[in-house]
Amino acid sequence: MEPLLKVTGLKKHFPIKKGLLQRQTGAVKAVDGIDFEVLPGETLGVVGESGCGKSTMGRLITRLLEPTDGRVEFQGKDISHLGVSGMRPFRRDIQMIFQDPYGSLNPRHTVGTIVSAPFKLQGVEPEGGVKKEVQRLLGLVGLNPEHYNRYPHEFSGGQRQRIGIARALALKPKLVVADEPVSALDVSIQAQVVNLLDDLQQELGLTYVIIAHDLSVIRHVSDRIAVMYLGKIVELADRKSLYENPMHPYTRALMSAVPIPDPRRRGAKSDRILLTGDVPSPIAPPPGCRFHTRCWKATDLCKTQEPPLVELRPGQRVACHHPENAELLTIPGARESVEITKAETKPEAKAEAEAKAEVETPASANADADADAPTEGGDAPKA
Amino acid sequence: MTAPLHETSAGESTATVVAAPDAPGTPDKSGGSAKAIEGRSPWKIAWTRLKRDKLALAGAFVVLFLVLVALFAPVIVGLLGHPPDEFHEDQIDPLFGTPIGSWGGVSSEFLFGVEPVNGRDVFSRIVYGTRISLLVAVAAAVFAVVLGTVLGIVAGYFGGWIDAALSRVMDVMLAFPQLLFTIALVSVLPNSLLGLDGSGVRIAALIVVIGFFGWPYVGRIVRGQTLSLRNREYVEAAQSLGAGRIYILRRELLPNLIAPITVYATLMIPTNILTEAALSFLGAGVKPPTASWGQMLSTAITTYEADPLFMVIPGLAIFITVLAFNLFGDGVRDALDPKGSR
Repeated sequence: MEPLLKVTGLKKHFPIKKGLLQRQTGAVKAVDGIDFEVLPGETLGVVGESGCGKSTMGRLITRLLEPTDGRVEFQGKDISHLGVSGMRPFRRDIQMIFQDPYGSLNPRHTVGTIVSAPFKLQGVEPEGGVKKEVQRLLGLVGLNPEHYNRYPHEFSGGQRQRIGIARALALKPKLVVADEPVSALDVSIQAQVVNLLDDLQQELGLTYVIIAHDLSVIRHVSDRIAVMYLGKIVELADRKSLYENPMHPYTRALMSAVPIPDPRRRGAKSDRILLTGDVPSPIAPPPGCRFHTRCWKATDLCKTQEPPLVELRPGQRVACHHPENAELLTIPGARESVEITKAETKPEAKAEAEAKAEVETPASANADADADAPTEGGDAPKA
Repeated sequence: MTAPLHETSAGESTATVVAAPDAPGTPDKSGGSAKAIEGRSPWKIAWTRLKRDKLALAGAFVVLFLVLVALFAPVIVGLLGHPPDEFHEDQIDPLFGTPIGSWGGVSSEFLFGVEPVNGRDVFSRIVYGTRISLLVAVAAAVFAVVLGTVLGIVAGYFGGWIDAALSRVMDVMLAFPQLLFTIALVSVLPNSLLGLDGSGVRIAALIVVIGFFGWPYVGRIVRGQTLSLRNREYVEAAQSLGAGRIYILRRELLPNLIAPITVYATLMIPTNILTEAALSFLGAGVKPPTASWGQMLSTAITTYEADPLFMVIPGLAIFITVLAFNLFGDGVRDALDPKGSR
């Protein structure tokens, strides 16, 4: 399938300027060379700690920021360096939902003005007039269409986020980038908004890139997930592989940090991985693998050589010299490309048989569990 | 296990209540009775708050009164006074040059008494002085606000070297000795310029000079506000819809700057009144025989021992006007401040 969005070698370095002459003394390497693509109709989730560059990535693909290097292609067309007017036609197809429902709506505009802004800016006259279309959109996202003349401050956080969603959907976009769409909302409202996004995707055939730090939200909405660390994608895999067999140590650490809601299960088997130390500064990221300063498996190789993001299993790309669950490698040649630490290696035949069984069981069990999730594509993009 | 059960039900009921207004098609409870749901705009809310502030309302009424006095000065003088330039030497003691009547010659005919030496009607001159004071103060404030807003928003939004250059200009302007400059400037002004007569030239000069030295204050406030507003997500939202810079400045940023600008403008007017009075007092204001409060104060210095009322009256006029504008401006600020407690 032709990807809707293709990103290659994308970089964004924010210059640090000092002194009277504003000389550049360094750069914050917020996004430092990432590659991925988004297929039509799928949901790509992007997770990572604060400051790992996921929001910058979102602003690069919506072209609110101009990339320092690399390419962003939308439907095969390079949009990486288009200006305001060059970008305008693409704005119809690429829309954004923002994190802060209080900051993303202008307090001096009515809801009607806010949701009709897309039509005005793009010079589109919808059928039946702008006002009718805006009211239809308000109805679509579950708001009372009569609230047309109200101001943002008269709404709750969840309602405001719905207004933002209505605005993003006004021009019937193909790709919607949602930057932490629910992290500012109450948990009870989060579910509503996540489900609304799901329903709208079904109804309108949307493609989502959803940026979040909440693993449970990401798990619920995504077909594929990219894990970012310090400006790089460290693992990119379909949901099931990622949650069941995370291969990058950082992903495993993230997964193990998800709280267990059942107190009886808590502590029974504490395999939580506690990462030590802080995320290094993106101004001077560590050489080699960026995660080596906090990784429990790091070797000298990790300190000098940066691991490339390679496909180690079908639909699972990992950037690591010593991946977790390495015994599950099925792609010939993938094993050679990574160095498996001796201690980790079990008798191979046995391990592989075990692994196969392991893959089989959860897959069938999950088929039922995921039946209610509408976005469950299940099919990771075939390698 | 009563407690957890109770907790669950409570949690559920809260969720329902919260969810209800969100649910599609649910009629809004508060607006259900009224047919059309009208939003309360931030300005309407500010107006409701302002109406509750008694002091600000009193200030507003005085301001309104002064505006009316200025507008209808000829009518008022025609009814209650004498032409402001008319001499009434019969009211003056020829020996001392002071008014004959007690209290500076206050009578039913001369409401505020007469001027020493030449016997002009103080009431008429105060009424006409209102015109000068308000005209100069308001026009200078408008001038400063327009200039300050445009340059401040440009500096704040575009940043970079534009911001650096404009900020330095503002710093220089703020460090400039305004009073000395004005006095020097006025002394070299021609008697007529661009079709204006002597007094007209002086008034125009006052407006331009006071306004020109006032804009950096507005400019700094607007720049700071713009800096904080331009990174809001709604600006990014407009960008992601394809908005250009001009649209963002006009439609997204400016409406949010109106409130601080309004507040600053209303608080700038009393300062301008004082500046005008000071300049007139120093002889750099309007030219006699045109009346101005500051100029009257300055005339009164020579006779204040014999006729103190002639000094008190223009002083009171300035005091009341400045106080009224300040009270009103404070009220406007409180009303527009979203965090205001009143």
